[in-house]
Order: sequence, then structure tokens, then C-alpha cells
Amino acid sequence: MPTIIDIENLGLDAGAHLLIKHGMNKIPVGGELLVSGSAPGWEAQLSAWCRAQGHTLTFVDGKAHIIRSDIHAGRWRGATPTGHADAQQHGAVHEHPLASYGLAARGATVEAGTPESAFRLNQKHEVWTDNAAELYAQAVAAQWNPEQAIDWNAAFELDDEVEDAVAQVMTYMIENENAALVVPARFLGQLHPHFREVQALLAIQVADEARHIEVFTRRLRLRGREPMLSTAGGQASLKTLLDEADFSVAGFLLSVLGEGTFVSLLNFLHEHAPDPVTRQIARLAARDEARHVAFGMEHLLRRLNLEPEFRTRLVHAVEARNDALSGTSGLNEEVYDALILLAAGAFTPSAIATGYARVQALVTDMAEGRLGRLLRLGFEGKVAQRLAALHTRNFM
Amino acid sequence: MTPPIVMGAVAYAPKVVTIWEGFKDYFRRHNFEFDFILYSNYERQVEAQFNGTIDLAWNSPLAWVRADRMARARKQSVHAVAMRDTDCDLTSVLVVRSDSAFNEISSLRGKTIGFGAIDSPQANLIPLDHLRAQGLLAGRDYSARRFDVLGGKHGDHIGGERDAAQALMVGEIDAAWMIDGNHLAFSREGVLPAGATRIVARTGAYDHCNFTTSPGASEESVARFVELLMGMAWDDPEVRPLLELEGLKAWRSGRTSGYALLERAVEDEKFYDERGNILAHDYRY
Repeated sequence: MPTIIDIENLGLDAGAHLLIKHGMNKIPVGGELLVSGSAPGWEAQLSAWCRAQGHTLTFVDGKAHIIRSDIHAGRWRGATPTGHADAQQHGAVHEHPLASYGLAARGATVEAGTPESAFRLNQKHEVWTDNAAELYAQAVAAQWNPEQAIDWNAAFELDDEVEDAVAQVMTYMIENENAALVVPARFLGQLHPHFREVQALLAIQVADEARHIEVFTRRLRLRGREPMLSTAGGQASLKTLLDEADFSVAGFLLSVLGEGTFVSLLNFLHEHAPDPVTRQIARLAARDEARHVAFGMEHLLRRLNLEPEFRTRLVHAVEARNDALSGTSGLNEEVYDALILLAAGAFTPSAIATGYARVQALVTDMAEGRLGRLLRLGFEGKVAQRLAALHTRNFM
Repeated sequence: MTPPIVMGAVAYAPKVVTIWEGFKDYFRRHNFEFDFILYSNYERQVEAQFNGTIDLAWNSPLAWVRADRMARARKQSVHAVAMRDTDCDLTSVLVVRSDSAFNEISSLRGKTIGFGAIDSPQANLIPLDHLRAQGLLAGRDYSARRFDVLGGKHGDHIGGERDAAQALMVGEIDAAWMIDGNHLAFSREGVLPAGATRIVARTGAYDHCNFTTSPGASEESVARFVELLMGMAWDDPEVRPLLELEGLKAWRSGRTSGYALLERAVEDEKFYDERGNILAHDYRY
């Protein structure tokens, strides 16, 4: 008994082909589907549709008899499965996703002959983090709107010199955040979309940095200042981050060492900045940066677990960066002095003494933080100490 | 190197280059030398079939009719050796707005009917013939408005049909002719909103393009060419994009039984004479 469907007065110029396809799915290749209809000219429309679809059509007693063709199955012969959407499933994330997966959603079936898209970062061990989805969810939940999260109208009065110091520190922070934005953004464009969770995490990290650049700029301009000084040494330090082509090494230098150090700086500003706006900004930015550090740490812990010898590569990277920066002066004098003044809040000997001590404590805190993270990554004590000490004097 | 078989094709759209370059690659992968020459119009292409320039041509149905007439006049013969599955049994439909009062052809007496390009078999010649057979003559029983786009391309680019469909929707004309498949295509594009049009007439079935051999072409080369065409499988991911671009799922052997309607239309509308000379005085290509 052939399957029969009635498309009534619905034309194929108004969607009736969906009813026919639905009917067709219930019959085997070579099987027959009977269709009746009453829309004016539906026979002509059905003829055109069947011709394009490769089905054979005849009309008997006003009813269309369609013999299902197998041509459609041909498209999916040799198609490639690409894992599963849920990363927790067995075999979900491939070790080496192929260029021919292209831009397909992970888990999609990809037609043979799909053009290849070359993504340089296509090895799972080089980029993957098991809790990337979780970190991304945390990041989404922790997004903040600068307009609402910060009280830009909070009342404060600062001496001109102190305000200048804030502007100089903000200038420095923006420069650093530019690096922190560009580095993941570059990798994002090179990452195989198969690693969806890492892709999402990098994307939101870029968005975080864009927001930081916005709020630092806004604070800088709050009292009518323009950005201040940018040194060759500072930029040389950051450029070494931009030049690093390896995802893990860049993550190590930028997130684990650089942003980790930056978290200390932001906590310092949260505690000691002379005005409430800067303090609020620093608190929110520190929270984001801590997440970026967590991502870098989790990724490296996974990679080092799989490839313990990769530690040597990381050691060399720190040493090479230190060598490359040996001819530069490190943190610029203006920033260092600005931090002291900003922590002092006034031009009195006792205030300056306090500010100076606070900056010294900051530098110690930064070094201890770096050491702690290096130890957690499994570096042996002395090596960790040496590497922590070799970190750029520019902080990031 | 054996001399290649040389095919003529009309460049009715930029994709034509992609298609035939792809075919060239395909043939070369099978150790068969093939080359192509692009023409801006079918008239020049058909003429080249008789001066030794090309061994065969990818011809529109109207170009087939002319080539066949020119060959007969010269006591030669041309053959339709292959065609697409989608070239068989097309029909053209006459479409009106759903809210109009027209329910049959006779109700369009005194009205304006839109046609495609002057040299379009599907949107001008066969429809004119269809109306003539129903007793309606252009200029006498109805006003014909032609949407003449890119003469010489025999309506391949479908621009005239689309222009007519648009004119129908804005009320400039009362009815418009188009291939049955284009009625669906214009609906998908949104040119014809769903349910906004109605089919009031349909021509008989006719065939569309074919590969036409030139007189004197090497039978052996043509046979190998056809054999390789027939071997192009939809399942093959290297070939499928070419078939999709050219609008077919499988090649079929050529047949000439589907050109009777067009033959009659060419006669009645005085488009070519029996020797293949062009009669249509307002035809520019």
C-alpha cells in the first residue's frame, strides 16, 4: 500500500514541498509516494520540484506518483563525523581536528569535498583546557557594565600631582591591556573552531580586556587628563608577548606570569588608590584577570601533565625573554614613582614613606605570587625561584 | 599531446568560467584533453560549429534548432549527444496575481502579458506559440510586454523572467511567463511572495540544453567525451560542486524528441528560416 499525502490547496510556492519531503522520508529509495493537491498549477510546481530533486514523477488520474530517488544519499557518502557537541562525551573532542571540518559545529556531519580551512592551532594538547566551559560560564556570569558597576560621579578631590600619577598609571595599564587583548585575539583567529569552549573563553577574554581599556581610559579622562608617557622599554617587554607564536608559551608568559602579576597590581590599586573610582575599577578588573590566570594555569597543568618535558620549553622562554629585555630599563621611572605617589596620596615625607613601603610590599607580593604559581605548575623550588626573579621588571 | 576536443559555451554568467575550468580539470584527470571557447551569444557559437572552430557546443534548445537547420541546409548533420537530467520535460507557466479575476487564458484578452527575452524559448517563443494555439495572437488579442535582457543568451540568465515577475507584482502587467522551476525559485527569493500568485496556464513539455556535435567532429573523441560525462557521479565530492553549479544531478544521453514545441514556435514566430538564417528583425545580440 503506497503512502498517500494530500497537500490540499497549499502550493509549492508556499511551502508544500515540506509536506512532500516529510512523506518521502517515510518511504524507502525506489518506493512510491502518492500526492494529491488542489492549488492552481500544483502539478507544474511538483514537476519542477521533482526534476530538481531527481525524483521520477508521473500523473495518474489526477494523482502524482513520485518514485523516490537515491541521489540525496550520495551527498552524504564519505561524510565525516566530527565528535560531539558535549565535550564530556567519549571521543567528543578530537586530538587533531581536520582542516576539512572547516567551520562546522563540533559534532556536525561534514560533507566530503567541504573546502579546507587552515587553522594553525589544531592540536588538542596545544590548546585544550578541561574546565574551559566552566571558566567561560563563570566569565559570562561575571560580566559587568562599566556604566552601572562604577560610580563615575563619586566625589573626590586630588592634588594635581596625584591626579597626574593616576593618569600615568592608567596610561601604563592601557598599554598592558592592549597586549593582553591582542595576544588572545591573534590566537582566537588561528584556533580550530572544533575547540569551541577554548574559543569562547578566548573571545570573552578579549571582551574583558576591551572593557578594561575602556574604563582605564575613562578614569584617565575623568579629570580632563590625556594619556601620558609610554616608554620604549615597556613596549619592548610587551612586544615579546606579541611575538610568541606558541599558544602555551604565550599563555605562560602572559597569563601565568604577566596577568598574575597584574592581579597583584590591581589588588594594590583597589586597596591604595587615592580615589573611589580607581579603587572600584581595580577591584572589578582584578576579578576578570584572576579568571584569565586560572585559564592559563589550567591549560598548562594539563599540557605539562601530558608532556612533562614541556617545562624545559617554558624555562627557555622565560630566559629568552629575559635576554631579549636585558638591554631595556624595565618598568619606567614615571610609573614606579606614580605608584608611590598614588599610594602615598600626598606630598609629605611620612605619606611618601608609606607609599614607598607599599610599593615595595607590592613588588614582594608579585614575586611571591609568581613563585607560588610556578611551584603549582611543578617547577622545582630553585628553578621556580630563578624564573620568578627573571620575570620582566615591567610587571607584565 | 593529442589535440583537445574543443567545446563552445556561452558566457551568460561569471560562473560559466568556473564550471568549464572544473570540467577541464575533470577531463584531464581522466587523460582526456578538453578545451573550451566562450562566446557572448549562441548565434556566434552555432556559426562556429560550421567553420571548424569547435567540435561541439553546449547549446540552448534554440541554438540546437538553429544548428540542426543549418546542418540540414548544408546536407550535414549535428547530434545531441548528452543533456542534463534537469533538461528533460520542462514546462512554462503563465502566472497571475492571486487576487486577480483571471482564471483561464481567454480571460486575458485585451490584457498585458509579460514575456522574457526575445530569444528565450521558455519565456517567449514557446509561450507565444502556446497562446497562438489557444487562438490568442500578440498585438491582436492581448498586449505583449517583453522583458528583453541580454540578447543572444537565449534567456539562460533568467533576468527577463525575473523582471517580468517583478512587474507582475507591482501591477504593471496582468500575467507573466516563466519556467515552472523559476516560479518556485522566485518564490524562494521572495520576488513572488508565498501564495501571491496563481498558475493559469501551462505549456506542453519541452527539453532544454544539449551538447551538440559539430559536423566532422571526431566520433571517437565525442564518444570518449560522452563516456566521461556519464561517469560524473553526484556521489563524487570532486565532481558534485560542478554538477551543482551546472544544475544537474546526472547526465543523460541526448534526445531530440523534446524540441517539437520549439520547432513549431520558431516557425510560427518566424525566428529562423529553414536554413537557420535569423528572421527576427528586432533581435540584437
